Amino acid sequence: MVEPAMTTVITDINIQQTLESMAAEIRQTLAGKQPLLIGIHSGGVWVAEELAKILGSEFFDGDLGVLNIAYYRDDFTRIGMHPQVTPSDLPFPVEDRHLLLIDDVLYSGRTIRAALNEIFDYGRPASVTLAVLIKRNGRELPVQADIIGHTLELTTRPDRLNYATPMASNLSLKIKETQHD
Amino acid sequence: MTNNQLTESGKLKHFLTIEGLKRDLLTDIMDRAEQFSSLSGRQVKKVPLLRGKTIMNLFFEDSTRTRTTFELAAKRLSADVMSLNINTSATSKGESLLDTLHNLQAMHADMFVVRHNESGAAEFIAQHVAPHVSVINAGDGCHAHPTQAMLDMFTIRRHKQHFPDLCVAIVGDVLHSRVARSQIQALAILGVGEVRIIGPQTLLPTDSQTLGVHVYHDMEKGLKDVDVVITLRLQFERMQGALLPSPQEYYESYGLTQAKLDLAKPDAIVMHPGPINRGVEIASSIADGPQSVILEQVTHGIAVRMAVMSMALGSQPEQQDKTA
Repeated sequence: MVEPAMTTVITDINIQQTLESMAAEIRQTLAGKQPLLIGIHSGGVWVAEELAKILGSEFFDGDLGVLNIAYYRDDFTRIGMHPQVTPSDLPFPVEDRHLLLIDDVLYSGRTIRAALNEIFDYGRPASVTLAVLIKRNGRELPVQADIIGHTLELTTRPDRLNYATPMASNLSLKIKETQHD
Repeated sequence: MTNNQLTESGKLKHFLTIEGLKRDLLTDIMDRAEQFSSLSGRQVKKVPLLRGKTIMNLFFEDSTRTRTTFELAAKRLSADVMSLNINTSATSKGESLLDTLHNLQAMHADMFVVRHNESGAAEFIAQHVAPHVSVINAGDGCHAHPTQAMLDMFTIRRHKQHFPDLCVAIVGDVLHSRVARSQIQALAILGVGEVRIIGPQTLLPTDSQTLGVHVYHDMEKGLKDVDVVITLRLQFERMQGALLPSPQEYYESYGLTQAKLDLAKPDAIVMHPGPINRGVEIASSIADGPQSVILEQVTHGIAVRMAVMSMALGSQPEQQDKTA
């Protein structure tokens, strides 16, 4: 890949603060429902793990489920087979349960569409609540998040949005817009 | 054989033979099969990966297991699949193979799964299909049966993990077996420690030396300390002339019995590509016994074929919309 010609820091988010306010909202929304926690591979899993730490293991019923939507994407005929795929692992039956679905970024809505399709192949949940760390503009499907950590409005359409998975020692997230020659 | 089964970037376009493929690709097939295996525990055992694709199984030769598992694999990937028994349809009315092919292609097929009694049939078809069509060899004459070999490798890996540490014995009619040929190639590519072929002189290939295998005519010696025993069916339909005294006598010498199996390692697994002839190449008690993984092989056939089909159809997405 060519070196980015220009990098602009768009936003600088305090992750810990954002996660804590998301956790508070989750607690309010799902208290007493014994929800099951599902993270979308890969970014959503990290966010789900962090939220589980804040909310405590007793809030959720069972271990973290991981959803890898590679086989449910709508771009197979355009971009072909993905490289190595870690299979989804939902270590619980979803039938009639309340699910909390976590992803890092909500953008077009296509990932969530694929995730919902996959979840329903496991069974019929009672409800699905979607929480995302970042919601950015550019939605292409009628998919909305219930709980949003941070909303990002981008006026230009960058060809690539970079954001690094934050390190535990440095819980801040810088979102940069990069443009190539 | 030239490797026209790969795209320019080295991805699987057709799957015609194991010969000439790289270890990474075979490992990739097994890894993907492992991922697809996890679907069997779900309420809905399918994924929408090949939705809208049309797969045609062209069987010019009888098959139960292979055809059924290919069909099931295509269905689990959400493709539209149909199986054509060509012997009883168009060709019996005098249509040539290529005419049949072009007609099926005009129905917008994306993949042909081909079984034929002539060696090289699948490759011939692959040379004549439109650029967007993939061809999978489901067995051609005595030449190759690559998906069977891969499901066998997958089964071995599930039980034994590390190929370089293994000694694998293939017993019986190796000469007429496309399965054995493909297995020997796959085992070599995966770096297996040792491959032995065991059988009467008349049923072993004359080019054994070039296959890189050790040849045994004595079961007792050949099975000593092996990790995997693969028994093969006597392919009477392909035998020309008197290669065998009688099935009974064959069983005496080369049939897998408990006494013979006891010479292998205690945790050795017993495999057979099917259909099995009980009391000819294998004792019933072994086929149904604790060391047998024969039915597992059948189950693994679905996931391995899903892997191969999705890899071939996902290897050249840009040419998607071209028609015949």
